[in-house]
Amino acid sequence: MKTRQMTEQLELFGCIQCGKCTGGCPVARKTALNIRSLIYHMLVEPELAVNAHEELWDCTCCFTCVERCPKDVRPAELIIGLRGELVESGRIPETIGAALMGIFRQGNPTGMAREDRSAWTNGTEVKAAQQGCELLYFVCCTASYDLRIQPVARALVKTFRAADLDFGTLGTEESCCGNEVRRMGEMGLFEMLVEENGELIRSVGASRLVTTSPHCFNTFKNEYGLDGIEVLHYTQLVAELIEDGRLNFSGGVDNKVTYHDPCFLGKQNHIFDEPRAILQAIPGVELVEMDRSRERSLCCEGGGGRMWAEGTNLEERLAFQRVREAAETGAEILAVACPFCLLTLEDAVKVQGLDEQLRVMDIMELVDLAL
Amino acid sequence: MEPKPRIGVYICHCGINIAATVDVKQVAEFAGTLPGVVVSRDYLYMCSDPGQGLIQQDIREKSLNRVVVASCSPRMHEPTFRAAAEGVGLNPYLVEMSNIREQCSWVHTDREDATEKAKWLVASVVAKAELLEPLESREVGVTPGTVVVGGGVAGMVAALDVADAGFPTYLVEKSNHVGGRVADLNRTFPTLESVPEMLEPLIERVQTHPNITVMLSSQVAGVEGYVGNFEVTVTGLKASGSKPVEAESSDLRSGTHQLSAGSIIIATGYDVFDPHRKPELGYGQYSNVITSLELERRLVEGDLTVNGRSPKRVAFIQCVGSRDKLLGNPYCSRVCCMYTAKQSRLAKELLPDADVTVFYMDVRTFGKGAEEFWDEARAKGVLYRKGNISEIYRKRSDDGDRVVLAGEDTLLGQPIDFEADLVVLAVGMEPRADVADLSTMLKLPRSADGFFLELHPKLRPVDTAVDGVFLAGCCQGPKDIPDTVAQAKAAASSALIPLLRGTVPVESATAIVDAEACAGCGMCVEVCPYGAPALDPLWGVSRINAVLCKGCGACAVTCPSKAIRLQQFTPTQILAQVDALVGV
Amino acid sequence: MIPVTIDGQSIEVEEETTILEAAQQLGIHIPTLCHHPALEPYGACRLCTVEIFYDGRSRLVTACNYPIRWELEVQTASDKVMKGRRLLAELLLARCPNAPAVREIAASLGVTETRFEMSSEDELCYLCGLCVRICEELIGQSAISFVSRGVDRQVGTPFFEFSDACIACGACEFICPTGAIKLPDITDKEPRPMLSEFDMGIAKRGNIYIPFPQAVPKIPVIDRENCLHYTLGRCGTCEYFCEANAIDYDQEDEFIDLDVDAVVVATGYDLMDPRIKPEFGYGVYPEVMTGIEFERLSSASGPTMGKVSVNDKAPKDVVFIKCVGSRDPHTGVPYCSRFCCMYTAKHAHLVRDRIPDANITIFYMDVRAFGKGYEEFYDRVKHERVTYRRGEPSEIYRRGNRLVVLAEDTMLGRPVEVEADLVVLATAAVPRADVKEMAEKLEIELSPDGFFQEEHPKLRPVDTQVDGIFLAGCCQGPKDIPDTVAQAKAAASSTLRVLAQRERVIRGA
Repeated sequence: MKTRQMTEQLELFGCIQCGKCTGGCPVARKTALNIRSLIYHMLVEPELAVNAHEELWDCTCCFTCVERCPKDVRPAELIIGLRGELVESGRIPETIGAALMGIFRQGNPTGMAREDRSAWTNGTEVKAAQQGCELLYFVCCTASYDLRIQPVARALVKTFRAADLDFGTLGTEESCCGNEVRRMGEMGLFEMLVEENGELIRSVGASRLVTTSPHCFNTFKNEYGLDGIEVLHYTQLVAELIEDGRLNFSGGVDNKVTYHDPCFLGKQNHIFDEPRAILQAIPGVELVEMDRSRERSLCCEGGGGRMWAEGTNLEERLAFQRVREAAETGAEILAVACPFCLLTLEDAVKVQGLDEQLRVMDIMELVDLAL
Repeated sequence: MEPKPRIGVYICHCGINIAATVDVKQVAEFAGTLPGVVVSRDYLYMCSDPGQGLIQQDIREKSLNRVVVASCSPRMHEPTFRAAAEGVGLNPYLVEMSNIREQCSWVHTDREDATEKAKWLVASVVAKAELLEPLESREVGVTPGTVVVGGGVAGMVAALDVADAGFPTYLVEKSNHVGGRVADLNRTFPTLESVPEMLEPLIERVQTHPNITVMLSSQVAGVEGYVGNFEVTVTGLKASGSKPVEAESSDLRSGTHQLSAGSIIIATGYDVFDPHRKPELGYGQYSNVITSLELERRLVEGDLTVNGRSPKRVAFIQCVGSRDKLLGNPYCSRVCCMYTAKQSRLAKELLPDADVTVFYMDVRTFGKGAEEFWDEARAKGVLYRKGNISEIYRKRSDDGDRVVLAGEDTLLGQPIDFEADLVVLAVGMEPRADVADLSTMLKLPRSADGFFLELHPKLRPVDTAVDGVFLAGCCQGPKDIPDTVAQAKAAASSALIPLLRGTVPVESATAIVDAEACAGCGMCVEVCPYGAPALDPLWGVSRINAVLCKGCGACAVTCPSKAIRLQQFTPTQILAQVDALVGV
Repeated sequence: MIPVTIDGQSIEVEEETTILEAAQQLGIHIPTLCHHPALEPYGACRLCTVEIFYDGRSRLVTACNYPIRWELEVQTASDKVMKGRRLLAELLLARCPNAPAVREIAASLGVTETRFEMSSEDELCYLCGLCVRICEELIGQSAISFVSRGVDRQVGTPFFEFSDACIACGACEFICPTGAIKLPDITDKEPRPMLSEFDMGIAKRGNIYIPFPQAVPKIPVIDRENCLHYTLGRCGTCEYFCEANAIDYDQEDEFIDLDVDAVVVATGYDLMDPRIKPEFGYGVYPEVMTGIEFERLSSASGPTMGKVSVNDKAPKDVVFIKCVGSRDPHTGVPYCSRFCCMYTAKHAHLVRDRIPDANITIFYMDVRAFGKGYEEFYDRVKHERVTYRRGEPSEIYRRGNRLVVLAEDTMLGRPVEVEADLVVLATAAVPRADVKEMAEKLEIELSPDGFFQEEHPKLRPVDTQVDGIFLAGCCQGPKDIPDTVAQAKAAASSTLRVLAQRERVIRGA
C-alpha cells in the first residue's frame, strides 16, 4: 500500500515519536503491535506491506494512545485506516468476516435471525419507540441475543418502569450500531448503518437516547451526528434517576464490590463518576478501588472487533490479569458496565478458577437486586 | 490661503513581499496620474536608509508638502517615515501610509487583481493625503521612578538596575518574602552551587539599597495613567525597607498605597503545572510519585528515602504538562531538561547504588555549558531512555511501594514496564492564574500560550503594547535564570529610557470636541477606555484631555451630535478615501 | 574659454575640449561606436563625424578626438554628415550583419540593407579597438593588439598563442559592445571571479562594491587585495568616474583614542568550516551547502531572488543535517549551537514554500525548539510534510548525478540511505578567530568553550571580570535574536548604571 495518501488524510505528520502510544498500549506488551513504529513507517517509507501486519487485528480500539498523544495525532485511527485497506482487499480473519456478514444480513454479529431480536423481553410488553416516546432505549445486539446479557436489558426495563419513564425500543428494526464495524475497518457497512439507524432514530422523535453498551453510546454520541438528541449511557441516566430520588432501593447487596472502567465509557468518554455513584447508592455495597482504575483501567480486550477475533497471542489474555487484580482487592463482586467486559471478564474468572471468589456482574444486575 | 498639496507617492517593493504579487511599477505610474501628485516612485526597500533618503530628497528638491508611502502596515514603519519627514522639516503628520502588503500582496494571489487593488488603495490614501493637517508633537514630564511587580529574581535584578541608575524603585511582592521560586531550589546548574548562597548577596543588596522600597504581602489593585505618569494602587502590608514610602496618599492602617511611577516592570513569574491534571501518572495517588520541586526540597535535606527506605530505582519523566496539545500546553517549558539533568546527577550522587533513569522525548540542553553538563550526568551513570511514559500503576506484589511505568523505549522499539521506587515528574511552567486581573488592569495582551505578549517576537522581547510597561522573566515565557536576569536588565534599560529623558511624547492625533455642537449627553465619557473625555461642570460640554487620549476614535463614532472629530481620521478625510475607492 | 556653436546652441569650453565632450555638455547626442569615456579617443569607427565650419570653409572631422582650439561652428547632422554616416552604416552592416549594436545604429539611420558584400554572417568584431585600448591603457598589460593589415586586420595575441601577459581580468570581454572577444581565446588562465562574501560566494562582486542592498552605510568599498589599482598600479577608472570625487586611494587606517566609561563587547561569532568533517563532502559536491549559504540562496533579496535551484534546477529531494560540528568533541565543539534546530525548521518551511512537491527530510539528534512559539512552529513545519528522522548522518557520497546521505534511522533501528539533490548542513557556531586577541586586549577571560566568559553563569550574564566592560550577544555564547536583544539591552542597562554612577561621583554627591 502506498503510504502517502493515508498519511496526509490522517495528518500523521505531527508525530514526534515520543512513544506514549505504544507505551500505554495494553496489547503492545504481548503482541508485535507497535503503533508508534507503524506511524513512523507511514511517515518515512513510501510503501507499507499491510498484509504482513497480522497484529493489526490485535488492537482493541481502547484509544489509550489517542488519549495520551501530546500532539493529538490520534494513532488508533491509523489502525482503523489500515484495517480498512485489509477489508477492501478481503484479507480479514474469518471470524471477523462472519461477524460483518451477520451484521449486514441480520443486523447483528451473531448472524441470528432479526425476528428473534426482541426475544429478550421474555414476554413483557415493551413499547415500540416507533409510536413515539421521550426516551429511546437502544438495546444493543449483544444484550438482545446473548443469554448472559439479556438480564441486563431486562433490569434496565424494570428500572425505567420503576422511575415511570416514557421509553420505547426499536424492536426488531434495531440494527447493530456499527461502532465495532467502523473499528474493524468496514467503512462502507458503517456508513450504511449510520444512515439507516440514524434515520430510524430521528424518526422516533425522542429527546433522549440511552444505550446498554458503552460501544453503542460512543458511536451515537461522537460519530452519528445526532444533533438535538441527548445521547446517554445507562449509567448516566440511572445515576441521574438516583440523584433525583426517583428510584427506591428496598433491598441491598451486602458485598465488597470493585468496579472496572470500560474503555469506551471511561477512557474515551470520561464517564468515571456516575457508575460509582450508582454502586455507592446501593445499600450494603462496600466499594473498593483497584489500583488501575479510571484512566488507567486495563482493557478487557473485548473492543475493536476482538469479540470475534482471537488475536495473535492466544496465551496470555489481559482479562486474566484484570480479574486477578480485581480478586486482589478482596472484592467479591467485579462490577462492569459493558456487555463485552462482562463476557470477557466472566470467561477469565472461569478459566482462572476464581469463580468461588469473584462474581462478575453488570451494575444493572446489582441495581435489579436492590430495587 | 493654504498652499496646494504637492504629494509624493512611494511604492515599496519590499523585496518580493509586495513586488512578487503586485506590479509596483504599474502602481507607481498610476499614482503619478492622481491629482496633487508631483512625484511617484517605486523602490526596493522604502524603509532602508536610501529609501528614506529618496523621500527626503524629494521633499527638499520638489517642495513636497505631503507624503504617501505604499508599503507594509503602518505598525511596522509609520514612525520611520514620519521621522524621515520630520528630519527635513516636514510635519510628520503630513505623512500617510497605504498598506499594500498585509492588506494586498500578502493575502491575494492573482497578480492582476492584486495590482488593481493596490492602485485603488493608493488612490484612496492619496485622496486623504490632500486633506491632511499638520499636528503638534507634544511632550509631558515623567515621574522619576519605577514600580516593579514581583519580587523574584527577575523583579530584584530589574529593580537593582533601575535603582543603581539613581531612580527610586518600588518592589511589590505578593508573598511574604523576596526570591520567588528560585528561593525554593537547592542547587542550580551548571555549576551546582547552592541557591541560597547564590541568592543571598542579591537579596541583601535589594533590601539595603537606598533607592529600593520593598513592599511584601502586597498586590497591585489598580493602575491609572500612561507612560511617564502612572498611578499605581497597591494594597497590602505597609512598605518596609530603608526608604519610607514616598506616596501621594498612603493609608497605613488599611494598607492601601498610591505609588507614582514613570514606568512599570511586570515580573510576576509563573505557576507550576499541577500533575493532578494528568491522572494517569498517579500523582496524588502514590506517595512515591513526586514533582521536581518536591524533589528539590528533599535534595536540600539530603533525604531521598521513600517510606523509610532508600530507593533502588529512580525514574525521571520529562515533559509533564508541556509539549502537550491535549492539555492545552503545546509549548516547551525550556528549563526542565536542564533541571532534570541536574537533579538526576545529584540523585545519583546521593544514591550511588541506585539506578537512575530519565525518560525523555528530546533533550534540550542548549545553554552555555549545558550540553557538557548533560554529558557529565550520563558519564556519572544516569541512563537516558527515549520514550515518554504513558501511565503509572502500582506493582502488584509484596515489594512495597514500587510502581510500574508503562512506556515504550522507542530506540529499542519495544514497550517496557519499568519498575521504580521513586518517580520524579518534570513539571512545566504555566502562566500564573492570578494575573488575569493584572492583564485587564494594564490592558496587557497575552500570547496564545497564555504568557504575556511581547511587542515583537524577535526585536522587542521586553516591551509591550502598552507604552511604559515592560516584561521581565517567566511571566513572558518560561526561561532559566541567566536568560531571566538578562531580560530583567533589558526591561530595566527600557524602563530607564523615559526616566532618563525626563519627558515623553504623547499622541498627537487625538480627538477634539466642537463645543458648539456638543449636547453634553456624556456618551463619550462612558465609552472611552482611557478616561480622556470629561463633562465640564460649568459649560456642560465635553472636553477631551489630550494627554490621556490615545486617538482610538470610539468617542467620535459614538457621539450622536457628531461633535467629536478625530484628528488624522476626520470624516472629510475618510469620506474622501471612500470616494476614491468607489471611483467617484 | 573658447566659444563654440553646435547645431545652433552655443557654449564656451576650455581649450583642448573635444567636440564630442562639448556636445555632451550641451546634451546633444552624437553616435559613437569606438568611444569610451575612460579611454583615449581613437577615431576608428568614424561614426561621430561632424561638419565643422570656420573661416568660411567646412570640413568633416571626427568629433571624438577633434580638439577645439578656436571658435567653431559645428553641425552634427548636416546632409553631408548624414550621407557619410549612412554609408558607414552600410559598411558596418556588411562587416557585422548580426551584431545588435550595428543593427541599432543602422536602424536609427534608416539603413536596412547594404550594397557591399558581406564578409561573414557570424562576424561580431568591427575593429573598434576598445578591447585593445582598455588592456593597454587601463590594465596596462597589452595582452592583445591589432595584428595584420588591410582586410586581414584583426584583434589577437602575439602569434595567436595564449598570451602570458593576460591576467584574465575580463576587461576586454566587459567592454566589447558585441561580445566578439572571449577570454578563452586569449588565455587558458581561469578567470577568478570575486565572490560576494555577503552572499556566501553564491554571487559575484566587483573589486569596488556595495556589500548588499541594505548595507549601512550604503557606500562602496574597495577590495584592496584584488583591486588592479592597488595590486598593479593600473586602472583607476572608479576615481575617474566618481562625480563626487569621493574616491581616495590613499586612505589609511586611522587610530582614534576614545575616552569612555564603559565598553560593550558585541563581536558576534563565526561559523565552522564544514570541511573539518570531510565525510559530508562540502567543497567537493556542489550540492552540499551550509545553512548560511542556503539562507542567501533562499533570500528574496538575495542573488537568485529567492529561487532555490541547484545545478540549474529545483531540487526534488532536500536533506537537512543538524549538529554538524556541534555537540562533537572531535571538532572541539562539545556545546550546542542553540539556534540551528529552529533555523533548520525555518529553512525546511522555505523549501516547502518554494518547491511544493519536494521531499524534505531533516536528520536530527534532538529537536531543541525551546523558545516562545518554537515548539508550535516545529509542529507546524512537521504538518507541512517535512519528515524528521532521528539519526545523525555518517557520510554523504555520490551515486550517479545524485547524492546519497547515509545514516542510521534510530527509530527504525537500521541504516538508511536517502537520496538528495540538495544537502544543507547546520554548521556549528564558533568563537571568532580573533577572540583570543580581543580577550588579551581587554584583559577579559574566555570560557572553556572559547567564547567570552561572563562573571557569573547565572546572575551576571553580561558582566566581565573587568568593571565597565560588558558582553552582549553571541560573543558570550551562541543565542538567537530575542535572547541577543535581551542581553544587549541588559548590557545597555549595565552601562547606564556606570554612567549614572560616574555622574554622581563628579557631582561630589
